[in-house]
Amino acid sequence: MVTLLLTLPLIAGLAAFIIEDDALRRRLLLGASAGHSALTAALFLARIQPRSACISAPAGEWFGLDALGLIFLGITSVLFLGAAVYAVCYLELEKRNPGEEAEEGFIFNNAPEAVFTGCLLLFLAAMTAVTASRNLGILWASVEATTLLSAPLIYFHRHKRSLEATWKYLLICSVGIALALMGNLFLGAAGLKTGFGLNLDALLSGAQQLDKPLLKAAFLFLFVGYGTKMGLAPFHTWLPDAHSEAPSVVSALLSGALLNCAFLGILRAIQICSGAGLADFTGGILTLFGLLSLITSGLFILGQRDYKRLLAYSSIEHMGIMALGTGLGGGAVYGALLNAIGHSLSKAGLFFTSGLILAAYKTKRISEVKGLLGRAPRTAALWLTGFFLITGTPPSGIFLGKFLILKAAVASGKYLVTGVYLVFLGIVFAGLARIFIDMSFGVRDGAAPEEKPFVEPAGMIWPVCIFFACVLTLGFYVPAWLETLLNSAQALIRKGP
Amino acid sequence: MNTFAELIIVFIILLNLVLAVSGSLSVCIRLAAIQGVAAGLLPLMAVGGMRGRAMAFAGFIILLKGVVFPWLMFRAREKTGARRDVDPLIGYPASIMLCLGAFAASSWLGSRLPLPHSGVAFIIPASLATIFTGFLLITTRAKAITQVLGYLVIENGIYIFGLALFVEQPLMVELAILLDVFVAVFVMGIAIFQISREFDHIDTDQMAELTDWHRPEDAKW
Amino acid sequence: MEIIKPLLQYLAVLVLSPLLLGIINRVKAFFAGRRGQPLLQLYFDLYKLSYKTPVYSRTTTWLFRAGPIIGLSAILCALAALPFAGRPGFLAFDGDFIFLIYLLALGRFFTVLAALDTGSSFEGMGASREVQFAVFAEPAFFLALAALSKATGKQSLADMFLALEPASWQAAAPALLLLTAALFILLLAENSRVPVDDPNTHLELTMVHEVMVLDHSGPDLAYILYGAALKLWFFGALIASSVLPRHSGSWFYDGAAFLGMMAVLAGAIGAVESIMGRLRLIKVPYLLMGALVFSILALLFQTGR
Repeated sequence: MVTLLLTLPLIAGLAAFIIEDDALRRRLLLGASAGHSALTAALFLARIQPRSACISAPAGEWFGLDALGLIFLGITSVLFLGAAVYAVCYLELEKRNPGEEAEEGFIFNNAPEAVFTGCLLLFLAAMTAVTASRNLGILWASVEATTLLSAPLIYFHRHKRSLEATWKYLLICSVGIALALMGNLFLGAAGLKTGFGLNLDALLSGAQQLDKPLLKAAFLFLFVGYGTKMGLAPFHTWLPDAHSEAPSVVSALLSGALLNCAFLGILRAIQICSGAGLADFTGGILTLFGLLSLITSGLFILGQRDYKRLLAYSSIEHMGIMALGTGLGGGAVYGALLNAIGHSLSKAGLFFTSGLILAAYKTKRISEVKGLLGRAPRTAALWLTGFFLITGTPPSGIFLGKFLILKAAVASGKYLVTGVYLVFLGIVFAGLARIFIDMSFGVRDGAAPEEKPFVEPAGMIWPVCIFFACVLTLGFYVPAWLETLLNSAQALIRKGP
Repeated sequence: MNTFAELIIVFIILLNLVLAVSGSLSVCIRLAAIQGVAAGLLPLMAVGGMRGRAMAFAGFIILLKGVVFPWLMFRAREKTGARRDVDPLIGYPASIMLCLGAFAASSWLGSRLPLPHSGVAFIIPASLATIFTGFLLITTRAKAITQVLGYLVIENGIYIFGLALFVEQPLMVELAILLDVFVAVFVMGIAIFQISREFDHIDTDQMAELTDWHRPEDAKW
Repeated sequence: MEIIKPLLQYLAVLVLSPLLLGIINRVKAFFAGRRGQPLLQLYFDLYKLSYKTPVYSRTTTWLFRAGPIIGLSAILCALAALPFAGRPGFLAFDGDFIFLIYLLALGRFFTVLAALDTGSSFEGMGASREVQFAVFAEPAFFLALAALSKATGKQSLADMFLALEPASWQAAAPALLLLTAALFILLLAENSRVPVDDPNTHLELTMVHEVMVLDHSGPDLAYILYGAALKLWFFGALIASSVLPRHSGSWFYDGAAFLGMMAVLAGAIGAVESIMGRLRLIKVPYLLMGALVFSILALLFQTGR
């Protein structure tokens, strides 16, 4: 079943490069993503018993899905389905209107649609491989593949700024992944006497026998490497550029799915370290960098001028919160995972909405977007809803996650951490509030009074609504199957020796 | 055999020093290629290294790093018309002293880490120093091609480090790594070509439009 | 018996060192397609200068007269401690290589003082260049000899070269190669050879060593020229001894092999001078820094074992 999960987007992606007809290709995109989601749902259903550790795949020891991988796979699949629906409408819009860069007023081209669609599907295949891999070497190769496959996606609009963003993304992430390779080598060295290689199951079961100093060095390198890809400060410098210059579909996938996959890499390392008894060591590092990301994103959100960059910094903030939660341990890990689900869905919805705003106003500058409620009321409603969801206003699902992390921080007596956490959550809320409210209300400068309100295509609205509805539901009620899945995932992460 | 392996390691370290100070793009590309080939020859010097599989793999690496990558780089250089030199931004004395300091630090670090002792001395310091030289190349040169070269040098260093730790690696993982590097370089080459077409140059220190540090006079709240 | 052989060695050095410069000049002339100066030209020059009357400027003091004498005495002392074909000289003792470095520094110091004493800007310029190069050359020299000491485990130069077997070359090949390379670069630098300094230039602004001794004449100049020849022998002997590891045990054969190696080395220097062009003055410190880096690497390689 897992093999099918991997090969479906792979073959569809390769086919998309060859297909000439736009309509057929878009149908292929929708069909492949629907098929992928169906397979994922089937895997969820097959996993009713909470005790089973892993569904082994016919591919042997390389691929398999445990609770943790299943959660992230589910997020990726759902996100991609929404993105596929959105992308079909988006591509149609792009085909009809020539691209015009509002900042500098120049006209630009887009990349060929075949390249875009093909890379999108292959990107899905790579992310599936990351969530389903049981061998850390395969995990590494898949993360590198996601970097290389997403670069053409970021460079969809062919102009200077996106090129600069793509180059920074390529270089910084490739160097980071090279460091993660060093981490893999150290990990292999730690297990040299035992001959485990890089097989995750073997490493987990024999974690006690691993050499501790080498394991620590391995964790540091893996953390820096995958942390670069995840967007933790101070390795985050590529994230605002890449996520703001990419088309909204791609930004949503990058923020919602790719950052999670990078986090999964770190989580696998934490699993091994916890098994070897290094939980305090890893917890300290995660807490430190989580707080650092929170502080950095808070400071940069305050003076932001570009609303897509704003959303990117908000992603950095949430990655920091997730790292913090995982570092604190206990109930905070559950909160971090809940936060992951909530953040992916709401951030994707927000990025889709920002795409609508961009289509309506043709500018990314916050100062030039005013009176959204007047011009595009449905978009404005979604925009404000998204703001409340992403900042964790109850009853958002993200609120639950952040609250659990707060609870764990206070319970473990880390008052300084709690203080910084609360202060910067407040700063982020204030910064976001000012900007979102500025954008939604007010009167647009130079608007013609007889201008028709902007009509959003249905395909671009519905995914957002569904995502936001899911996050809202999560705030009230966590379904039983999700709860058991999250609990088993949490147990996997912090399983001691 | 061991002495020969040691000489190759010393040669790699000397190549790092020359790479750190060299100001000519074609020289840098050739040096990185020679370093890759030397690193590819190393496993043949190990005990029992002359087996068929090891020789095939070494041949593949030498082909990739010695022929394919320089060819890609030179093609990128021709297409972008980058003929000017790439003098290091921090000057000769600082570069060479940094490189030497990195080697000294890696020697100290290598003695502290309880890594398995291979027969060849200095292989851990050499690999760490090579990785540092790659970082130096990325940060102190202004051209996009040299940054890709820095990435290649980092991969060289990681490969040597991998050699130092194991004699046996699963073939699939090694091949996956090489494939990733190859595709990465290929994609970067395409990106460089796009950069030169878009900007008319490939000076990355002049690509600084996307930033959050704004001057006060730009404020347009 | 032990006094005769070292005495003979010392006399041989004193007599044969001007021949090195002759060989170098002959090789350069060969590369240029000329016949060149006679091999024994320096002997004739020294004899000619010895009976001329020196001329002293009124602005100079006793330093100007003392400079050449102290320089020559320093190098004569250094040669007494230098091993010949692996055999110790008169003054061999533990730690003598540090003594040698300081002797050379003493000679350099008084040469520079004598140059500054003339009050002429040309000599001052040459003195400043000389000292600027010395900043890198002296640590490189010291570290190279320290690396050699670490490689052989002995503290006296003669013991070091005696302990240098082909086996030690195999065991410590990288360190020995690097320090030989460093010593060769230092030879070129200290003896004002191309690519550091062109000995045949007549333009004062391009000179480094010659311009310091521009105002000396008569026997003083003879002392300086002879001292330069001895210094060339000094550095050459270090390189030749480290390259020639075999000791057959016979004093005669070893000595002959050593002398042959010195001649080959002189030929090599001549070849390098003819093939390479002179480096720009800004790049010379980079070359010397390269020598310093080689020495440091050699030392690091030895300590890391």
